[in-house]
Amino acid sequence: MSNGPKRTIGSSEELLAYSLALETEAVERFNDLADQMEMHHNYEVADLFRKLAKIEGLHIDNVNRASAGKELPSLLAWEFEWEGGESPEGGSMEDAHYLMKPWHAIELAMQGEKRAVAFFRHVAETAIDDKVLKMALELVEEEEEHVALLQQWQERYPKPAKGWDDDLDPPTMLE
Amino acid sequence: MSRKNLSIALTGSGGSGVMTTGSMLLEAAAKAGWYGYMGRSAGPQIRGGEAAALIRVASEPIESPDDSFDLVLAIEPGSMGRFVAELPLRPDSLIISDAEGGRRSSSLPETPAQVVDLPMKKLAKTVKGGRPNMIALGAVAKMIGLPEASIYPILEKTLKSKGAEALEASWACVQKGFAAGHDLPEFEALPIASESSPGEPGPERWSITGNEAAGLGAVRGGVRFVAAYPITPATEALEWLAGTLPKLGGVLVQAEDELSSINQIIGASFGGTPALTATSGPGLALMTESIGLAVCSEVPVVILDVMRCGPSTGIATKSEQSDLNIALNGLHGDAPHLVLSPNSVSDCVFTTQWAVHLAESMQTAAIVLSDQSLGQTRAIVDRPADLAFLAKRLVPEQLEENYLRYAVAVSGVSPMAIPGQKGGQHTADGLEHTEAGTPSSLPEDHLAQLDKRERKINGFDYGQHWADLEGVGDTAVITWGSTTGPVREALSRLKGQGVDIRLIAIRLLAPERPADMAAALKGIKRLLVVEQSHSKQFHRYLRAAYDLPAETRVFNRPGPLPFRPQEIIEQLADWGTKS
Amino acid sequence: MKGDTACTLLQPKEYKSGVKPVWCPGCGDFGVLGSITKALSGLRIQPENVAIVSGIGCSSRMPTYLNTYGFHGVHGRALALATGLKVARQDLTVIATGGDGDGFSIGGNHFLHTCRRNPDMTYIVMDNQVYGMTKGQASPTTDPNWVQGKLTPSGTGINPFQPLVIALASGANFIARTSSSDSNGTARVIMEAIRHPGFSMVQVLSPCVTFRPEQREWKHMLIPAPAAMEATSDPALAARRLLTDEGVYTGILYQGDRPAYQPKHEPSIDNIAELDEEFQI
Repeated sequence: MSNGPKRTIGSSEELLAYSLALETEAVERFNDLADQMEMHHNYEVADLFRKLAKIEGLHIDNVNRASAGKELPSLLAWEFEWEGGESPEGGSMEDAHYLMKPWHAIELAMQGEKRAVAFFRHVAETAIDDKVLKMALELVEEEEEHVALLQQWQERYPKPAKGWDDDLDPPTMLE
Repeated sequence: MSRKNLSIALTGSGGSGVMTTGSMLLEAAAKAGWYGYMGRSAGPQIRGGEAAALIRVASEPIESPDDSFDLVLAIEPGSMGRFVAELPLRPDSLIISDAEGGRRSSSLPETPAQVVDLPMKKLAKTVKGGRPNMIALGAVAKMIGLPEASIYPILEKTLKSKGAEALEASWACVQKGFAAGHDLPEFEALPIASESSPGEPGPERWSITGNEAAGLGAVRGGVRFVAAYPITPATEALEWLAGTLPKLGGVLVQAEDELSSINQIIGASFGGTPALTATSGPGLALMTESIGLAVCSEVPVVILDVMRCGPSTGIATKSEQSDLNIALNGLHGDAPHLVLSPNSVSDCVFTTQWAVHLAESMQTAAIVLSDQSLGQTRAIVDRPADLAFLAKRLVPEQLEENYLRYAVAVSGVSPMAIPGQKGGQHTADGLEHTEAGTPSSLPEDHLAQLDKRERKINGFDYGQHWADLEGVGDTAVITWGSTTGPVREALSRLKGQGVDIRLIAIRLLAPERPADMAAALKGIKRLLVVEQSHSKQFHRYLRAAYDLPAETRVFNRPGPLPFRPQEIIEQLADWGTKS
Repeated sequence: MKGDTACTLLQPKEYKSGVKPVWCPGCGDFGVLGSITKALSGLRIQPENVAIVSGIGCSSRMPTYLNTYGFHGVHGRALALATGLKVARQDLTVIATGGDGDGFSIGGNHFLHTCRRNPDMTYIVMDNQVYGMTKGQASPTTDPNWVQGKLTPSGTGINPFQPLVIALASGANFIARTSSSDSNGTARVIMEAIRHPGFSMVQVLSPCVTFRPEQREWKHMLIPAPAAMEATSDPALAARRLLTDEGVYTGILYQGDRPAYQPKHEPSIDNIAELDEEFQI
């Protein structure tokens, strides 16, 4: 859904800032989803989201390493000009479901990574700065690796059959 | 027998200015050193309907209507009929009537009183711009011994805005009326303060209504935010506050309905500002859900209910004591809170101020039950004393980590952080909650918080103000609110005849005070319950809350008619207390 | 208080209380929670100077999840609570939050009059066109042909409420619509709403995945208002747009200059004993 930034990214520092924001939002989002799953006693998926959060955390470490010695512009969340408004890996909170299966969780994460690929590809295609181009291409590669890893991971789980979201109990009324 | 007081009624209709005349008469009497009060009665029309000014003047403070009226000025005879039930008359009572005052066919109702004609309309016509009510004013002044000169300053003040001509015309009429009064029977004059005790200033005296007094009590107590939705007979309290609060840096917001009023004051109070609203029975009924919110979230608020005849729309302009049930028990769930009631116009200042103090100290809701007969009566009283009861909320001075808004304190009162205080952030909630304020449905949390909210109210030291205890003897009259006035007067008359009866006038109706009441009832063998409620709400409350003497009787009736001292004396007569 | 750059910058995370929301996974309100934290962070408003006020409903649970002051009141009365608080404490940033049922059904009267009164506060309505908390009845904004509601099995058959139109007609000073799936966009709008004086109304279309699962498609249906429909201060123009946009345009749709209701708190007498004068004989 996200194609790229609304304006051209001018420097590799800026690109790193975007990358950092992207990963940071992903960590937060996966931890939030893990919390939600725990609240709804879907522990298998909760653990999976925690793992995903950790993995994104490692990506943050990568970005930080790449940023060592550089001064990144500090932008607040909404100042990032993601196309479609949302960070590529951040959106899709609304695809969660309290009965979701691990397959769905990985699918959710994968869609995020695919959007990230598309984002960085767009950056590469529209880059005017060589450093930005180089870095963008690297990031495309990295994200594509993530997608592949998630693909493999997903193959361990069966695609949920129809009726996965059947809950025999009716909803409760709280207030 | 020297007369200590006089009861005078002025009746008329269709713009005859009865109320204004009555007010002027009361004020003139006050300036002359008398005490007194004025109540009003009216037909349903917004303007031009029948109107009656019911006045009592006396040489001492009075809090009750007398058993009957001494004098009625019927400016327009036809309109007196509506008020017959409220104007008990004796054979030696006097009606001054203008046979030509109204329509040809209108006539006075049948009464035992003597009737004397005074052609007020005709006399008024002899003055350019003259009005019959000013003739009446002069005549009454003469009859009761008010000096003519005492009227002029009052006229001036009241008619200032109408211009010099109107003032002159009115004064001319007053003089004519005064002159005409020479031919009318005279009443033994009440002593005039300036004549009786020259050089002695006497206590400072005020002219104030119960509604104004409640407003004054509120602001003296610290209220600086009021949300208002008008309802008879509470509106004047809100109007007074609307004019006064800005002078004190406070605000009154006119709300769209009572549901908004009660919630606005909860919001303002949450922000740290003592807050109050005023309403009557129907409005209180609407507010009950949100009063429960104040109780559960422990946000202090005061709700003044100026009671009128119920149920439902009832009789909006008449007094009754029938909101006791809803004030005590109208909140859903177990929601302990405070219910207080003033027992005189002057007491409206004290009780409302005290209610603010109590609500703030205990972070809860206080309902003050006043009524129409207090709220809309203007009384001449001694200046209400200044009190030390100020709003004093327990606010944390130092905030530590993990501040617990609803910490289960020994007293039940936990410090209440005010928005703006760093570290005190919490969410006040109508949901049952943990000590931190997070919603909880756990049994231990519900029990702990229920205990806390009950404990803080039951454990408070209310001192002596929970009731007025007067007199000695083994017979007592127990009552509350506005019926206290006639009871007091009845017992005072009996005392004058050597009969001792005790009075228990309850001011704090909730929480119940078992130990205090047991002490008050000690030695009482016979108890008369007096209340203005058809279903004996007060008696039921007493039976539920307290152990009453075996010989307990109830004297009750609904509104709209006030209780009179003689009625109470008659009730007590069976117990060997004949007057 | 609108905050300024001299105030400490807190990360959005720091505005969360840590209490885990009980909302169904997939609920749009999670996005709004994030948006509120981003907005407060961006405005540098300190948490102790904010009060979030709500009524009853799923979205009314919002105050508990934020590290600000909060009041979770009774059904439909959030705006009255908020008005009282704001009038008494003009220094606070007051935000009312709630849903379409709480706000437009039982709360309808207060909604009208608060727009009229135009106090300086922000109202965030998470509109999911259903009563979620009570198991899925039609709400005032529900389409008349929705037949899943058990109390209205043949659909409501009556006109849905148009909150933004009503807000405009009643006197609100800032009107916007966003989608909860656009967390950053919603954050930007909330920031503007808080900044703008008077009553700022933000309708966030926030899907209820439990009772209206089809609303997951909303994020594909809502479109940013075209440039030609930028925020206007002309009420008539805004009214025409709002009446004809079929509820799909997002963005700031009206930004007026109606004066905010802010009674002064300036005493004119020094001593309360001065009040005695009017009663003295």
